[in-house]
Amino acid sequence: MNKESIIDMKNIVKNFFIGTPNEVHIIKSIDLNVKKGEFVSIIGASGSGKSTLMNIIGALDRPTSGTYTLDGISLEEMSDNELSDIRNKKIGFVFQTFNLIPRNSALKNVELPMLYAGMDKKTRIERARELLDLVGIGDRIHFMPNELSGGQKQRVAIARALANNPSIILADEPTGALDSQTGHLVVDLFHKIHKQEGKTIVLITHNKELASETQRIITLKDGIIVAQKCNASGFKKYQSGSAEEAAGENQCL
Amino acid sequence: MFIRENILLAIAGLKSNKMRSLLTMLGIIIGISSVIAIVSVGNSLTASFKTTMENFGASNIIVYVREKGSTSEGGGPPTFIGSGAATPSESDLLSENQIMAFEEHFADRIKTIGLVHNVGAAKVQDGHLYANVSIIGTNEGYKDTGNIKLTSGRYITDRDVKSSRKVAVVSDQLVSNLFSGNIDPIGKEIKAYGANSIDTYMIVGVYKYEASSFGPAIASAKDARTELYIPISAAKAASVNKNYQSLTITAKIDVDTAKFTTDIQTYMNTLYANNVKWEGSAMNMESTISTMTSFLNTISVGVAVIAAISLLVGGIGVMNIMLVSVTERTREIGTRKALGARSSYIKMQFIIEAVIICVIGGIIGVILGIILGSIGSAILKTAPSISISIIIISVLFSMAIGIFFGYYPASKAASLDPIEALRYE
Repeated sequence: MNKESIIDMKNIVKNFFIGTPNEVHIIKSIDLNVKKGEFVSIIGASGSGKSTLMNIIGALDRPTSGTYTLDGISLEEMSDNELSDIRNKKIGFVFQTFNLIPRNSALKNVELPMLYAGMDKKTRIERARELLDLVGIGDRIHFMPNELSGGQKQRVAIARALANNPSIILADEPTGALDSQTGHLVVDLFHKIHKQEGKTIVLITHNKELASETQRIITLKDGIIVAQKCNASGFKKYQSGSAEEAAGENQCL
Repeated sequence: MFIRENILLAIAGLKSNKMRSLLTMLGIIIGISSVIAIVSVGNSLTASFKTTMENFGASNIIVYVREKGSTSEGGGPPTFIGSGAATPSESDLLSENQIMAFEEHFADRIKTIGLVHNVGAAKVQDGHLYANVSIIGTNEGYKDTGNIKLTSGRYITDRDVKSSRKVAVVSDQLVSNLFSGNIDPIGKEIKAYGANSIDTYMIVGVYKYEASSFGPAIASAKDARTELYIPISAAKAASVNKNYQSLTITAKIDVDTAKFTTDIQTYMNTLYANNVKWEGSAMNMESTISTMTSFLNTISVGVAVIAAISLLVGGIGVMNIMLVSVTERTREIGTRKALGARSSYIKMQFIIEAVIICVIGGIIGVILGIILGSIGSAILKTAPSISISIIIISVLFSMAIGIFFGYYPASKAASLDPIEALRYE
């Protein structure tokens, strides 16, 4: 029984035009399918095209050709404003460098996507508090980004990514700027969110150790997917629930 | 579009960069404050000048005899004329008959004619009590032309003039100097000590004394030299000249004073056609006021140009800082776009920020301008006059500067590519 697809990419090509006759083929042809509730990682060396792929998945960039359906919505014909709304409601970004808005408290940062979604203030604050509690910094909601440690900043960023209850969490090297211990705590948080909230998570990293803890590892090289590995064993340690549930979650494509 | 949030955000941004914000606002502050200061000083000058002129009788027409070829167009009040110049002989001046003929000629337009003869400075004394006065002989008509405001009693009448009665109308200042509170001064006699005469007058009326803002500064109100009005015939008793060098005319209501002045001038030209040395001249205070007003307007235009340049420079400063701010916050803009901000939201955010800078600058400018204007008015000894409309216009104008000079940086921010922006170091 196949679950419904969240990300459905067919024949995605991305070329960068840097002046005639040079065209750089960053992504040559990618087919990618991510199911609802999956936790996948995309790994690859620098220049393998993983950032470009992430930008396309995150609706920040448009593919040169190919079709991309996100949560049942085709993104090809969309205007810039429609893509903004898709990013706002369907995607939760977590960046390597946290990218919190300076001079905005943790609470305000988490409120921001909800503000853009047009939610009223009361609902925003309520939800932001809940999310900051969930990521474990409910006691620092009024702290400014520069008053928080790296790990805490990333927690705020994760809470912000969850704000509009998106279809996918798209994390680009989320532990890249953290020491390994803090990085592990952040990864644990992703697993907690995956398990408790049932979120689909796409993790982009070059860290094989991190990737080895996800359900499926997709390896990118020179703009194509060179390997897809089901990773039930490595992922298992995070499944502390019942045996059936664990078995169900571990189902790979 | 999230205006409240954007305003709070902009204010938070300004607070975290106080020095830079202040320097950015400086051009706006200087521009707005100079406008407010100059306009308020100008307004108060015009207002106090007008009041003074109205006390002189702004709607009055003054006819005076002056030497031919005297170039002072518009001139000054007749009391200033002739000092140091040749003295007209009796036949050069206006006789009572001539005045009567004149009055008859313009009977349809003249309300009253005020006649004045200055006797000179004197001191009214009673034991150790005293008051400084200038004794002025007037007729009944001067009550209107001189804008005398009686508080009790009556003014000099034609009968007083006819029989040269020794009566006087004095200021409330003189009354308070010479009489204790509960004594009615009407009917009391006072002694005026002049340069070479002592005269006794009976008080018949009291008028309200108003210190002129253009008069000499006096240490205390007690020493103020106020006018003491007596019948003109009594004043002229000691004088050689029985004829008049000047007369003041109050026109009837609805009479066009400018036209009337021209007509009187024509009449006087005919009257003095055969006089080689002297001529009759007519003028009214309204033309003096309009000269003064247009002078002030010219200054205002000059200041407005300087202020406009300052505001332009200030606006460019704001634009410059906004461009710097957009570059500095490229990553923030990228993040906001990734989080779902439409380009229009980003544009709005930066325009609001520019507007907030300009409006705060404008408000500081208004406050500073009011302070400077008050200081300026205090130095010129006039009452400060700050109009609400100019304040509102200033704030709205600074808002417009913010929109105008914030638009380009905001568009630049809005058009940033989110991928590039997120990657920006």
